[in-house]
Amino acid sequence: MDTYYHPKDLGHFADMGKANPALWEKFMAYYGAVFAEGALTEREKALIALAVAHAVQCPYCIDAYTQASLEKGSNIEEMTEAVHVACAIRGGASLVHGVQMRNVATKLSM
Amino acid sequence: MAMTPLKSLRARDSALASTREQVRRLESTPGLPRFDGTLAGAGLHPLRATGITVFQINVGKLCNQTCRHCHVDAGPDRAEMMSRGTAEQCMSALARTDIPTVDITGGAPELNPVFRYLVEESVRLGRRVMDRCNLSVLLLPSQADLAGFLARHRVEVVASLPSLVQTQIDAQRGAGVFEKSLEALRRLNALGYGKPGSGLVLTLVTNPVGAFLPPAQEAQERQFRERLARVHGIVFNALYTITNMPISRFLEFLLETGNYEGYMQRLVEAFNPAAADGVMCRYTLSVGWDGRLYDCDFNQMLDLPIGGGAPNHIRDFDPGHLMTRRIVTGNHCYGCTAGAGSSCGGSTT
Repeated sequence: MDTYYHPKDLGHFADMGKANPALWEKFMAYYGAVFAEGALTEREKALIALAVAHAVQCPYCIDAYTQASLEKGSNIEEMTEAVHVACAIRGGASLVHGVQMRNVATKLSM
Repeated sequence: MAMTPLKSLRARDSALASTREQVRRLESTPGLPRFDGTLAGAGLHPLRATGITVFQINVGKLCNQTCRHCHVDAGPDRAEMMSRGTAEQCMSALARTDIPTVDITGGAPELNPVFRYLVEESVRLGRRVMDRCNLSVLLLPSQADLAGFLARHRVEVVASLPSLVQTQIDAQRGAGVFEKSLEALRRLNALGYGKPGSGLVLTLVTNPVGAFLPPAQEAQERQFRERLARVHGIVFNALYTITNMPISRFLEFLLETGNYEGYMQRLVEAFNPAAADGVMCRYTLSVGWDGRLYDCDFNQMLDLPIGGGAPNHIRDFDPGHLMTRRIVTGNHCYGCTAGAGSSCGGSTT
């Protein structure tokens, strides 16, 4: 069945370097440095990436960072909490805009 | 995932109970590069032994657990056990060498009556002895004195604890095993195991609870050390990470869940020449319950005995031939060469 997303396409991510290798290499060097052990552990970074993947709703990223989180030693409880963090921030982001709604409504109302 | 209690592949008459069928599947996987070719590409073919520093004895397939990933297909329904005569042949062979480490495994090796003989004799010969322990065996009424026996003989306990989460451990190792494992670890700690200055070494072994690679060993050890101490008051000396080998019941899991090809691809992509150079078969001799000799416990479970014309039974033990033997390899070996490598002693790089 045709679909915009194909799981196997994740394996072809590097094809994005074909038309502009210089930019691709810069991106990948940066990407690798971001995920290297630093002030945060690789495991913590993978959990952040997993949460962000849910916030941006990227199926490739969810696939990749579910596997990465497991391979960095996270368990399903921790990964579920990470997704809830993404969910809370997304929900909170909507809700906090209610203040803007209230400001406008207050100004317009008697 | 909730699991019903397992029986062994053998007890279920599974096609995968046949080691020949397992090897056939591994060697005929579409798109999988042959391991020997990958080794050759890294300049490591043929793989040869560099000596023997670990004398690993698998005393049989009897176990009080039936773990979902078991590469031995062990369980309460398996009766294959090393005899006293074969155990004596093992010790006779050991005495002719200066191999420093004796690594006793199973099944649950402690359930075999020859286990204590092997420990006592190996200690008498001045060797370091390791017991591959599933932890829950320490709680069996018949093994009430086991922990004390291990402590008296200064046996290093190498204990399986794949996760810090009850649902994960119970899914892989059986209902209730998580709590039993923690209770067994507390008993070992109470005897001094894992405590500084006691000289009683407690090593944990973790393996992934699923079709993925293990974490970096150091990172996993830090995580386990902090969590076990903080939440459960448990201490240990070291932690090994081990990759699940795509054979036996783990192979069954991979095939049943549609993970086989993806897992093998993951192993191949993560092939690490440094890990291949340091694989345990190069310094291990593996003895089966019936006395036959193998390069490693995994080859043993695939019925792939040592090759190259070296005597392949412990009664004909010939260290001269074995020290430099050519290692028998196959596509299952990708399990030991992926990422940071995997061995009975944890990662290899």
